[in-house]
Amino acid sequence: MTPNEPFIRWDWIVANLDDIGARTWEHVLMTVIAVGIGFVISFALSLLIVRWRRLYAPIMGASGVLYAIPSLGLFALLIPFTGVSLLTAEVALVSYTLLILVRNIVAGFDGVPRDVVEAATGMGYGPWQLLWRVQLPLALPTIVAGLRIATVTTVGLVAVTALIGQSNLGSLIVQRGIRASFPTAILVGAFGSVLLGLVADLGFVGLQRLLTPWARARNG
Amino acid sequence: MNSAAFSPAPGPRADAPSGAAVVTLEHVSKRYGPIDGPPAVTDLSLTIPAGEICVLVGPSGCGKTTTMKMINRLIEPTSGRITIDGEDVMSLPAVELRRRIGYVIQQVGLFPHLTVAENVGVVPRLLRWPEARVRERVEELLDLVRLDPAAYRGRYPAALSGGERQRVGVARALAADPPLMLMDEPFGAVDPILRERLQNEFLRLQARVRKTIVFVTHDVDEAIKMADRIAILQRGGVLAQYDTPDTILAAPASEFVEHFVGADRGLKRLSLARVRDLPLTEPITARTGESRADLLRRLEADAADFALLLDPEDRPIGWIGRRDLHVDGTVAADDATPGSPTLQPETTLRDALSTMLGSSVQLGVVVDERERVLGLLSVDAISDVLRAPTSR
Repeated sequence: MTPNEPFIRWDWIVANLDDIGARTWEHVLMTVIAVGIGFVISFALSLLIVRWRRLYAPIMGASGVLYAIPSLGLFALLIPFTGVSLLTAEVALVSYTLLILVRNIVAGFDGVPRDVVEAATGMGYGPWQLLWRVQLPLALPTIVAGLRIATVTTVGLVAVTALIGQSNLGSLIVQRGIRASFPTAILVGAFGSVLLGLVADLGFVGLQRLLTPWARARNG
Repeated sequence: MNSAAFSPAPGPRADAPSGAAVVTLEHVSKRYGPIDGPPAVTDLSLTIPAGEICVLVGPSGCGKTTTMKMINRLIEPTSGRITIDGEDVMSLPAVELRRRIGYVIQQVGLFPHLTVAENVGVVPRLLRWPEARVRERVEELLDLVRLDPAAYRGRYPAALSGGERQRVGVARALAADPPLMLMDEPFGAVDPILRERLQNEFLRLQARVRKTIVFVTHDVDEAIKMADRIAILQRGGVLAQYDTPDTILAAPASEFVEHFVGADRGLKRLSLARVRDLPLTEPITARTGESRADLLRRLEADAADFALLLDPEDRPIGWIGRRDLHVDGTVAADDATPGSPTLQPETTLRDALSTMLGSSVQLGVVVDERERVLGLLSVDAISDVLRAPTSR
C-alpha cells in the first residue's frame, strides 16, 4: 500500500464491477454445489439412520471427524488424489456440511409427533407416503435450520478454497488483496462473502415461511 | 337389550345396518418376545355384531389396545384369526386394510401441516377419490360433527380447541365411510365436562351412522355409557366377560369382573335405564275447589294416604294427606305440602334415585316437558330394578 492511497478505492470497485460480479457468481455456484450435494448425501444417510438407528453413532462419528479436520489440512490430504481442482474443493466443502445436515435432518424426523405417525399408519399410509407426505413436511423447519447453518458455513469456507486456486470472492482476497497488498480487494471479498451468507440465510427463512404455512397458524 | 336406554337418540337401532361390518376374533393370541414368554392376549374369541359399539375395557396391561391394534394389523397376532365380514384381515395388504377401517386415537394425531379440510380428506385421497367428491364429502362430514365448514375448513389444527380437534379426528376417521371404526381412548385426553359432551355427541352420531365400533378405554363408567357390549379383559389378555353392560353389572361372571366394575355396580346399572323404561303408577289427583269430604272418601276407597294436588294446567302443586281433610270446606292450594321432586322421562334411574333420596317423600313425580304430570315413580320401583337379575 502506498502511503497516500485511500483505504477504500471506490473507483477500483466501480471499474471492476464485472469482475466482482463474476467472482460472486462463482462463489454462489460453489456454495450451491457443495450444499446441494451435501444435502443429498445427508438426506440419504439420515434415512438410513431413521431406518436403522444403530447407524447413528458411526455416521455422526465419521462426519464429526471430517468436520474437525482444518480446511487447509483437508485440501492438503486430498490434493494427492484429486489435484488442485474444483473437485478437491467441493469434496472438502461437502464433507463439512454432513455433520450439520445429518444431525438436523435426523432431529427433524425424530421431532415428528408420534401420535401423528401412528394416526397416519393406522389410516393406511404406506412407508413412502408417510415419509414424503407426513414426516418430511413436519421435519422441514428443523431441516431448513440445518441448511441455514450449513450454507452460511460453506459461504465462508468457499473463500478459503481460493488458496488452492479456486476462483471466487476468496480469490479477490488472496490474489488481488493479500498478494498485491491492496486492502480494497480484501474488503470487497470479505464483505461480499458476508453479504452472500446473509442473503442466503434470509432466503432460507423466506423459503421456510413459504413451505410451512401451518407454522404461522399458531399465532394467527 | 334396549339400546335406547343409554343412547340419547330415540328409537331402536336397525338390526342389520348397511355399511357396518361383523368382526370376529377366533382364538387370537399375541406374545411379544420369546415363544414361551408371557402372552399379551390369550386365546381371545369374540364376535362383534354389525353396527354395535364393543368396548374393550380392563386394567392397564390387559391387552385391550393390543387386541384393537390386531384388527387393523398395527400389531399382528401370533396365532388365531381375525375376520371382518368373513374376510381374514391377513388376506389383504395391511395398507389397504387400514384404509377401510376408521382409526381414532387419544391424542387425535391430526396432521399439523394440513388444514381441517385436508385432514378430513386424507383417506379418500389415499383411495384416489375424484377431487370433487372428496371436497363434497369433507363438507358433509364437518356438518356431521357440527363444525361449520365455512369457518373451519381452512384452519390448521394448531388453531383448534381440544374438543374441535377431537371432532375433526372423528370426521377424518369416518371420511371414507368405513364399515368399522377403531377408537383408542378417544376421549381420554379432554377434561371431564368436555368428555361427557363429546361422548353424548358421539352416541348421537353413531345413532345416525351405525358403524361397527371397537372402543378401548380403561374407564368403566365410559364403557357402560358407550357400549352395546363390553369385553372385560384381565391381565394377559384373558377375556373375563363379554356381554351387555346390563348383564355385566347385574351378573358379573367372576370376582375379577365384580371387583373391576366396582362395589357400586348396582348404582351403575341404574345409569343404563331411564325413568321412561319403568311403569309409572297413577296418583290420586285433586283439584282446588273440590270438597274435602269427597276427596277423603276417594282416598279411603283406594286405601291411599295422599292425593296429588294439580293446578288447572295439570302441573303438580303438592301432596294432601288424609289428616288435612278432616275439616269441612273445599281443597285449597295452601293445604298441599310441596316437596316432591319432579323427574323427566329421560332422567336416568341413577339420577332419579339420588333426587328422590334427597327429598322427604319417597316418590318422584314424573312430568313431561310442559311440567304436566305423567305419573309417579317410587323408590321401591327402582329397587325392584336392582333386584332383578337382568332388567327389562
